[in-house]
Amino acid sequence: MRYAFFPGCSLETTAWDFDRSVRAVCRTLGITLEDIPDWVCCGSTPAHTSNASLAVALPVMTLQKAKHMGCPVMTACASCYSRLRTANHKVCSDPDERQRAERVTGKPYDGSVEVRHVVDVLVNDFGLDNIRARVKRSLSGVRVASYYGCLLTRPPEIVAFDNPEHPSCMDDLFKAAGAEAVEWPYRTECCGAGLSMTEPDAVNRLGHKLVSMARQAGADCIAVACPLCQLNLDLRQADAAKAYGAVLPTPVLYVTQLLGLALGLSVGELGFNALTVSADSVLQRCEMVVSAGRGGRP
Amino acid sequence: MENRLESTGTSFLDEVQRRSGTPISACFQCHKCSTGCPIGPEMDVLSSQIMRLIHLGEEKEVLESQGIWMCASCEACSTRCPMGIDIAGVMDTLRMMAVERKVAPPDARAKHFAHSFLQSVRHHGRVYEMGMLVAYKFRSRDFFTDMDKGPKMLMKKKLAFLPIRSGAASEVKEVFKRVEEEKEQ
Ligand code: SF4
Ligand code: SF4
Repeated sequence: MRYAFFPGCSLETTAWDFDRSVRAVCRTLGITLEDIPDWVCCGSTPAHTSNASLAVALPVMTLQKAKHMGCPVMTACASCYSRLRTANHKVCSDPDERQRAERVTGKPYDGSVEVRHVVDVLVNDFGLDNIRARVKRSLSGVRVASYYGCLLTRPPEIVAFDNPEHPSCMDDLFKAAGAEAVEWPYRTECCGAGLSMTEPDAVNRLGHKLVSMARQAGADCIAVACPLCQLNLDLRQADAAKAYGAVLPTPVLYVTQLLGLALGLSVGELGFNALTVSADSVLQRCEMVVSAGRGGRP
Repeated sequence: MENRLESTGTSFLDEVQRRSGTPISACFQCHKCSTGCPIGPEMDVLSSQIMRLIHLGEEKEVLESQGIWMCASCEACSTRCPMGIDIAGVMDTLRMMAVERKVAPPDARAKHFAHSFLQSVRHHGRVYEMGMLVAYKFRSRDFFTDMDKGPKMLMKKKLAFLPIRSGAASEVKEVFKRVEEEKEQ
């Protein structure tokens, strides 16, 4: 199994622990990731809300580079994933979009490079049975609320690897690793996403709603697949609790950090010390020794 | 007296429909989009109201609203609309039109954020968070919100002091230039 990896800007900085844990999990499972050389930013929300041409051209630049690699692209950031898939959809379904993208990038592109999300790859390519067979340390005792957020499952005509309103892929993954995936209603509610900088009050309101619901549903941690969700729920959790009412501090882990534990990887290999809300309670539940100072960025 | 319940012309509706590529005229005001909108409580006009205002040709009220700048692009509305209207896509189109016509509210922070973000991409081919954050603070004049977040992120090594440039940064600059030239034509 080989994929052209598109890390995206967040994974280089704010989500370096996502980057590290994705790479560690894939290495352990024998999934080969080759970085797309000279990839460029997908443009994210700022591009699609301000310039329709740029919003397609930027992802297309990276997809043109990936085309030479002859394998599907894999991303971890839900926002990059959505932008790359949307660009492909536009290029394939609208000849004007394709012409414009080729004109402004100065290169041909036919929309044929497949784009996958790491969760999709783990569940549907690697497979749950194979994951189950690779578990070295069961997550039994961990009760996790899988949080899919907005862009992993919608809009369905663009992403389509799970049900847009009732997704289950992350729950299935954690169950395969021995954890209990709690039923909760806000799995696809938005956390405010890219409004973090501009509307922190709204983001705190939404974050508070999500974390307190996860707690009410019996979860002791939340798992996410998007750098924006992670930052909004983790870094802002204390502010949200101050503004909207106390909630038990709740660790917000990347899907690959939690899965990585089950695969026997160490907290250092999974970048646990990047978390603002400590995940020690989760580690204790799966009987891992908590040692301070490990897991630092090299 | 002006009758606000009757359309004042279809040119605004036609333009937004053409640019967003979605059938806004099919909206039958079920309000499902607004009901599920996470930012509804913060919006001055809700998404379904924006659809109706577009029908009625209320260009000024729509383009000058804060609501279009509050949208989180979460796609819940577009996924759920029974008429298949891509409401989130309409929000994008409206922001672009507001900027082109220079009628966006000066305190539309999302506008300043988008500008700062894209400038960063233009120069480095990737986002340089630290530079982008400083640029945003100056543009939005919002200096004091989240002052504690930067140091916290630095401690967790979540912000880099120096930009990480893409090897294709010069190609990206060219693409930005060509995109602008196309707009001017
Ligand atoms: S969900 Fe669709 S049809 Fe219903 S009000 Fe919103 S845009 Fe109109
Ligand atoms: S995309 Fe925007 S308008 Fe639609 S539900 Fe999300 S925040 Fe509301």
